[in-house]
Amino acid sequence: MNRLIYILPLLLFAGLAAYFATPILQGKNPHTLPSAMIDKPAPPRTLEPLLSSKPGIDPASLTGEVQLVNFFASWCGPCRVEHPLLMQIAAAKAVPLYGVNYKDAPEAAVKWLADLGDPFERIGRDGDGRTGIEWGVYGVPETYVVDRAGRIQYRHVGPLSRQTFEETIMPLVTQLREQNK
Amino acid sequence: MIAELGHYALALALCVAVVQSTLPMIGAARNDSVLMGLAPPAATAQFLAIVVAFGALTYGYVTSDFSIINVAQNSHSLKPMLYKVSGVWGNHEGSMILWVLILSLFGFAVAAFGNNLPPSLRARVLSVQGLIGVGFLGFILLTSNPFERLDPAPLDGNDLNPLLQDPGLAFHPPMLYLGYVGFSMAFSFAVAALIEGRVDPAWARWVRPWTLAAWTALTGGITLGSWWAYYELGWGGWWYWDPVENASFMPWLAGTALLHSAIVVEKRDALKSWTILLAIITFGLSLMGTFLVRSGVLTSVHAFAVDPERGLYILGLMSVAIGGALILYAIRAPSMKLGGMFQPVSREGGLVMNNLLLSVATATVFIGTLYPLFLDATTGQKVSVGPPFFNATFVPVMMPVVLLMAVGPFLAWKRGDLPGAMARLWTAALFSAAVAAFVWTQHTGAAFGPIIGFAFAGWLAGGAITEWAARIALFRQPLGVSLSRAAGLPRSAHGMTLAHLGLAIFICGAVADSYWREEVVVNAKPGETVSIAGYDLTLESIKHTQGPNYQTETARLRVMRDGAEVTILSPERRFYPVQQMPTTEAAIHSTFLADLYAAIGDGGAKAGWTVRVWHNPLVPWIWAGCMIMAIGGLVSLSDRRLRIGAPKRGQSPGSSKASGSEPAAQPAGAD
Repeated sequence: MNRLIYILPLLLFAGLAAYFATPILQGKNPHTLPSAMIDKPAPPRTLEPLLSSKPGIDPASLTGEVQLVNFFASWCGPCRVEHPLLMQIAAAKAVPLYGVNYKDAPEAAVKWLADLGDPFERIGRDGDGRTGIEWGVYGVPETYVVDRAGRIQYRHVGPLSRQTFEETIMPLVTQLREQNK
Repeated sequence: MIAELGHYALALALCVAVVQSTLPMIGAARNDSVLMGLAPPAATAQFLAIVVAFGALTYGYVTSDFSIINVAQNSHSLKPMLYKVSGVWGNHEGSMILWVLILSLFGFAVAAFGNNLPPSLRARVLSVQGLIGVGFLGFILLTSNPFERLDPAPLDGNDLNPLLQDPGLAFHPPMLYLGYVGFSMAFSFAVAALIEGRVDPAWARWVRPWTLAAWTALTGGITLGSWWAYYELGWGGWWYWDPVENASFMPWLAGTALLHSAIVVEKRDALKSWTILLAIITFGLSLMGTFLVRSGVLTSVHAFAVDPERGLYILGLMSVAIGGALILYAIRAPSMKLGGMFQPVSREGGLVMNNLLLSVATATVFIGTLYPLFLDATTGQKVSVGPPFFNATFVPVMMPVVLLMAVGPFLAWKRGDLPGAMARLWTAALFSAAVAAFVWTQHTGAAFGPIIGFAFAGWLAGGAITEWAARIALFRQPLGVSLSRAAGLPRSAHGMTLAHLGLAIFICGAVADSYWREEVVVNAKPGETVSIAGYDLTLESIKHTQGPNYQTETARLRVMRDGAEVTILSPERRFYPVQQMPTTEAAIHSTFLADLYAAIGDGGAKAGWTVRVWHNPLVPWIWAGCMIMAIGGLVSLSDRRLRIGAPKRGQSPGSSKASGSEPAAQPAGAD
């Protein structure tokens, strides 16, 4: 028993090393995380609006149109990275963007949007992160594709890249728009 | 020719390191003084060879020899000389050369100044140090040769990442590496002790100065890095819990724990196997800092190398070094004798709590940093758990640390008197309350958070000063007596007081800035005015000028307060054409109590410019506090006990007790 304590650091280290080595040894990485929420209805929760000038998100607003739901926060560096792309998506009116402001101080989020631009049609507040848990958010940013029936169809973890948007998300959006018209 | 010479010197260094890592180790096992005696000259030769290699690369940079790929990719003929030199380590290959240069410098120091070490211990320490050298020199020669040639040579180079062209960052990597690599000494001593099978107070006394030196350098390095992020990134913040920052912060936390646990080994011959483990973990975290940054897992200005082959090599290197040390630990540590016993309430008990809490703090940072990296490693995606995670986990762990920091030094070794200590701390409590009350009056209706933060800082500062005053009998004896007692106090005692005070000052700065920072972002045209915290800033003009290797737009902001001119702030927005990259150069007006921080963003004459102004209260205290901590480390390092070196190790286990006891009062000639 006593000896086990002295071996413990070695075991922990071995596990850690294996974890780091696996993806490098396997070479290519898969780029999407499986989500238990795929093809399930988006969690029905009404989110209060972040801005007085823009509506929040309620279950009804998630149906009727294919849309992207983006979880963001002002404290999140990678969100800053993807933000210009979101602005371009909004400017091109490619697909409606809904924002969920995740575990953030409202003033900070308002300032952030005023500063960098606001690409969202609706913004809901998720101050305590409960909505994030329901959607299965690991960390911000994450982006979900929600179909007309309000079902989650795709999940992207991390900042959106132009390549992912153009080659994966937009074709999916077009396809979903064709379906159950 | 010079570059080939450098390459050759590196290969030579590798050969010497192979000799250094094997023969003395065999010699120590066989008690063969000839083989053991090989270690110091080998360490010296390795150091000299690497100096030649480093010099050769520097020569390539200074003379802008673009036939060397590394220089062509990272330098430019128009770059100012300072950045030509700092460009040597502003890239992956060069920074690895700096790494081994510092590694061999430490080996050389043991060879040169380690005459009072027992020969077998010195041979083993240098062997382990040589082994690390073999690993890293092999890494450089196999995967990251900085001397590779390019034919035909380009007319000019690609320039260094403009964000790195900054005086703060020019010296940040060397300081940081001094810290990272410095912990390799603690590691080598730990492994040597495991091989020898004994750890005693004399051992701890040899380890402490190296750990202290590494800790001091790391403190300085992290401070420089944070200061750089503050004024260069133009976001007004100074710490982002960014993985790269955390990578340097984790060894700092573990190193702080190590510094304190080594005291217990030295003074009381206890906590031996724990201290060994900490030494291994601290160096492991230093290596991980290198690994995380080098493997290209991180996207940031620090990630110069995006190459899985290198990542795999470093991972293998880490597995051998840390895994090997931990195997040795699993085999040898259980047989290590338990040392002096102590009561839970005692100086040892306090230091154990310090170690426990700092370890937990390290673990929280570790999890918060690595969890997104795990995700990144498995899915290639980057997410951020962000400051909310660290504020919720790290801060609550550090609060009891601060509470105990004031109490610990009042407790006696072996068995402490808690009520007695608390009774002596009433001045600290009073001071803490006074600080909190003052903050309350200054910011009426202030939130609970900052008041608590300042109360903690006051408690810590009060405790540190009270303890120091008690030791020199300030106000209880005539001033002359107190002064001579202060002069007689070991420097390490002054060092501790300074370091603890530094932390208190840092806490004030960090708390004030996170709660009371003000920020205004406006779109302004020349003539318009921004108001913040009682200051009025008028944008007077924006000028375009040409720098040595960049173009710049410089704003002129006249700062007025109550109708009187305070200063002119000139924030810049630079554009580096070679790298096609803009940077912001913030302008900062710093008073002792706050920073007025201005940066300009995009703009034009028609649309106006984005002007961002922050008022960051007490931010100068953050750097001041960190610098005082580092100075505390230096003062402690200058302690006579550490300078002169440890006394001879006892021959029998019993006699080691004598060397472990508190040394006699310092002679007056110590200064």
